Amino acid sequence: MPDDGWLAVCGRDEIPRLGARVVRPDGGEDIALFRSGDDHVFAVVDRCPHRGGPLSQGIVHGRSVTCPLHGWDIGLEDGQAAAPDVGCTRTLQVRELDGRIYLRRDELLAAAAPLARAGCA
Amino acid sequence: MKKPSLVVVGNGMAGVRTLEELLVLAPDLYDITVFGAEPHPNYNRILLSPVLAGEQTLEEIVLNDWSWYRDNGITLHAGREVVRIDRARREVIAADGTRVGYDRLLLATGSNPFLLPIPGRDLDGVLGYRDIADTEAMIRATAAHRHAVVIGGGLLGLEAANGLKRRGMDVTVVHLLDTLMERQLDATAAGLLKASLERRGIGFEMSRKTDALLGDAAGRVAAVRFDDGTEIPAELVVMAIGIRPNTALAESAGLHCDRGVVVDDTMMTYDPRVYAIGECASHRGIAYGLVAPLFEQARVCANHLARYGIGRYAGSAVSTRLKVTGIDLFSAGDFNGGDGTDEIILSDPQGGVYKKLVLRGDRLVGACLYGDTADSAWYFQLLRENRDVSAIRDLLMFGEASLDDAGQGGAGRAAAMADDAEVCGCNGVCKGAIVSAVRREGLSTLEQVRRHTKASSSCGSCTGLVEQILAATLGGDHAAPPATKPLCPCTEHGHEAVRAAIRDEHLVEISQAMAFLGWKTPDGCAGCRPALNYYLTSTWPHEARDEPQSRFINERAHANIQKDRTYSVVPRMWGGTTSAAELRRIADVVDRYRIPAVKVTGGQRIDLLGVKKEDLEAVWRDLDMPSGHAYAKALRTVKTCVGSEWCRFGTQDSTRMGVELERALWRMYAPHKVKLAVSGCPRNCAESGIKDVGVIGVESGWEIHVAGNGGIRTEVAQFFCKVATHEEVLEHAGAFLQLYREEGHYLERTVHFVARVGLDYCKRRVVEDADGRRALHARLQDALRDAPDPWHQPEAARVDRRQFQPIPIALEEVTDAG
Ligand code: SRM
Ligand SMILES: Cc1cc2nc3c(=O)[nH]c(=O)nc-3n(C[C@H](O)[C@H](O)[C@H](O)COP(=O)(O)OP(=O)(O)OC[C@H]3O[C@@H](n4cnc5c(N)ncnc54)[C@H](O)[C@@H]3O)c2cc1C
Ligand code: SF4
Ligand code: FES
Repeated sequence: MPDDGWLAVCGRDEIPRLGARVVRPDGGEDIALFRSGDDHVFAVVDRCPHRGGPLSQGIVHGRSVTCPLHGWDIGLEDGQAAAPDVGCTRTLQVRELDGRIYLRRDELLAAAAPLARAGCA
Repeated sequence: MKKPSLVVVGNGMAGVRTLEELLVLAPDLYDITVFGAEPHPNYNRILLSPVLAGEQTLEEIVLNDWSWYRDNGITLHAGREVVRIDRARREVIAADGTRVGYDRLLLATGSNPFLLPIPGRDLDGVLGYRDIADTEAMIRATAAHRHAVVIGGGLLGLEAANGLKRRGMDVTVVHLLDTLMERQLDATAAGLLKASLERRGIGFEMSRKTDALLGDAAGRVAAVRFDDGTEIPAELVVMAIGIRPNTALAESAGLHCDRGVVVDDTMMTYDPRVYAIGECASHRGIAYGLVAPLFEQARVCANHLARYGIGRYAGSAVSTRLKVTGIDLFSAGDFNGGDGTDEIILSDPQGGVYKKLVLRGDRLVGACLYGDTADSAWYFQLLRENRDVSAIRDLLMFGEASLDDAGQGGAGRAAAMADDAEVCGCNGVCKGAIVSAVRREGLSTLEQVRRHTKASSSCGSCTGLVEQILAATLGGDHAAPPATKPLCPCTEHGHEAVRAAIRDEHLVEISQAMAFLGWKTPDGCAGCRPALNYYLTSTWPHEARDEPQSRFINERAHANIQKDRTYSVVPRMWGGTTSAAELRRIADVVDRYRIPAVKVTGGQRIDLLGVKKEDLEAVWRDLDMPSGHAYAKALRTVKTCVGSEWCRFGTQDSTRMGVELERALWRMYAPHKVKLAVSGCPRNCAESGIKDVGVIGVESGWEIHVAGNGGIRTEVAQFFCKVATHEEVLEHAGAFLQLYREEGHYLERTVHFVARVGLDYCKRRVVEDADGRRALHARLQDALRDAPDPWHQPEAARVDRRQFQPIPIALEEVTDAG
């Protein structure tokens, strides 16, 4: 059983493969949940380091997503923009148990803090 | 071993640029700490003007975000002002008590706006124009107040006035002298500028001295009083009469200051551990107020901080531009002329162009250009390099292009520029650096060039020139890649080979195609997946499985994504026709879903902008109109004119023809978007001459033109054939578009497709070969048979509807969403 700090968010199959869902914490910043082609799930703050584009709406490939606004490639594991672009968005830990996806409450709260908006931890 | 400590006071453009230069030269030399009085990371102060004018957002002008500091191991104290330097203990002390020791100290404290020492300067609503806080205060004032007065008709004052006007205020500029920008413009150019600003609705009080600012009961400014006793209303007063180097901190620490912190040619102050740079520094008696010199200083200072010790700063020649969209203005050097100088003047007041070049002997010493600044970079170079221009004196006024063959356009000018000619004044980037970055890194867009070279990334006024250089380097049309180029870095194969394999091997899934063609990545990239998806679905319309996750967001959400993550919705209006009932439904939807903007598009229909993604499905349902596919690589619009039904010149019923074409072709995906138009006579009110397929009615039937384009580069459509009946128009247009669908490369518009395969080839396949034409047309009709409308048949269109519902979670109490 996940401990208290972990919140169940959705089932893995509710996220399209090579796609994303948006998680919207009340009063918080949107989080993008991505599912890669090989069924790993990643969570990042849904805000591109370039100009704040919604990464959840991008095209997922390998371990990256291409931002829908101007095409930066953002790594799903570390939140880093691929060269030559420079920037980084915050990533969150993901736990999967019996096909359900869990995120940490403290990280969701931290992601909502204003300083998270322009960079990562 | 502990690294030496470098402390920077001032988190602005000069200080941070020095760090950027330093990190390149000596990344690990120092432990770096930065203090900034503003609570923001480093941003592009120059662009506060476009932010005020509503052309850019604050987010867009951040130069180094928080992560940049973290990634480079820099400790940033944002929002902490340094109040004291203890040079004996080599420590800086901030207002909140933070102390940091230094081995090297860099002062980059910029300037403060100068506020007139008159009664009322402390009232609410009286501001300087310097930073984000000032800009935000002005923007807030525009929402609540009506009258703004800008004191000072210089660069900054006029940019402030323009921004406030664009946000709807009544703006008056008060200027002490009788001409604007007297330090940058001569009287003629200043007059043209004033007239142009007056046309935008900005008022002027020239030769006026302000005596006092008067307040209301609540302590907010209410009026400006001049020395003759007259008053004008003002609920916002912006003083932009000059800046003063911010030297208070340095002076209190006993550093020698004289209108700036005095530095030598290595940017060192009188204390060898302390450097100063930027607007706070005084070099050979000059404190600069523009970024180009600061960036040169930064390079020198970084060189010394990195212990290379070879750079020398010898001062800069500066040039000026005004960042008011639509006004081109440039000045440099001694533009007023006077004794011992000659002037060459070109004046076309009607055309709004005025150019003055000032020569002393064989040298160009000044330039002042208004209305046409295309050659400003060239003049500035001649001036800075102090070149002998006697040989080209006759042609000087006509610009650099006139030196070569006559008749060259902008692209010719870019091509003719010398490699060492400076293109971007703000960042000191010359043409050669751009050309070599484009070649070496394979750059193809302006954004990429900006990221790699910094050219045009500051004030943006050289954007046009950078684009021309990019185009000239890539050779003409930089949209269309050469035929043999791989589709993307995930594969060796080009478009033709991929299409052939899909057709010949009967491949129907992306994963199959990737496996067969030996893709190098497990699931491709954002470049190849949409292309593969199109090739599969267009080749095997009823067999290939469309994969929404391989489509760009617009085609996945069936709406256009906007910069603020909302969407726009454009319902279809057949041939630009509509009805009272449709308009009423649109109005109701706008009210019901609080849609912030409604606009008539250039494609003869209506755009609802700013729709929340969660509302899209309900908006479509309530509109009860078909999808306009304004978001898709697909048939967009068929524009029509009123035609013979109403127009006294109409020869054919163009509206009906247009509606028939649109009904026959809508839902048709293609390599790129497709636009049609039908005009009722050769006057061509529907602009058929610049469409992918343009149809023009004549007495005896219809002329069909193809491969026009009204976009990035306007191309006139070419005559294709002439036919007599509506049915023939439908068949010829359909067959031509099917040929394009089958043989066009993904993201190739018809104009580029026809340029690649040849107009004659298309005519042979469509016009001359009747059986082939019918076969093409039949294949198109087969592909469109049962094609669903994604707005109203989402299941059939394989729309993943989960995307419209975000997953809510409550953070307060622990809840299990499952
Ligand atoms: C809404 C509209 C502007 C308007 O308010 O009038 C518009 C808006 C956009 N145009 Fe356009 N274009 C609009 C008419 C045009 C026209 C005029 C026309 O169709 O008669 C042209 C020139 C004609 C042509 O295409 O040949 C035009 C040439 C472009 C181009 C350049 C295409 C080219 O091949 O050179 C782009 C960029 C692209 O497609 O890659 C573009 C791209 C765009 C995009 C999609 C930019 C983007 O990627 O976000 C804009 C989407 C706005 C949105 O979210 O709604 N838009 N655009 C017009 C919609 C017409 C419609 O009812 O569907
Ligand atoms: C609206 C506007 C438009 C402009 N347009 C142009 C243009 O088109 N072209 C052009 O070349 N230039 C333009 N400029 C000028 C240009 O922005 C400046 O020349 C440049 O920013 C100066 O850089 P700097 O680092 O010296 O000072 P700044 O960028 O002002 O940075 C100084 C920083 O130091 C901080 N600071 C000061 N004292 C302390 C302290 N004691 N402790 C901690 N922090 C401190 C300040 O808060 C500030 O953030 C414009 C300026 C403005 C305001
Ligand atoms: S011209 Fe078209 S693409 Fe450019 S800003 Fe206007 S709508 Fe957007
Ligand atoms: S906002 Fe993501 S690439 Fe620009």
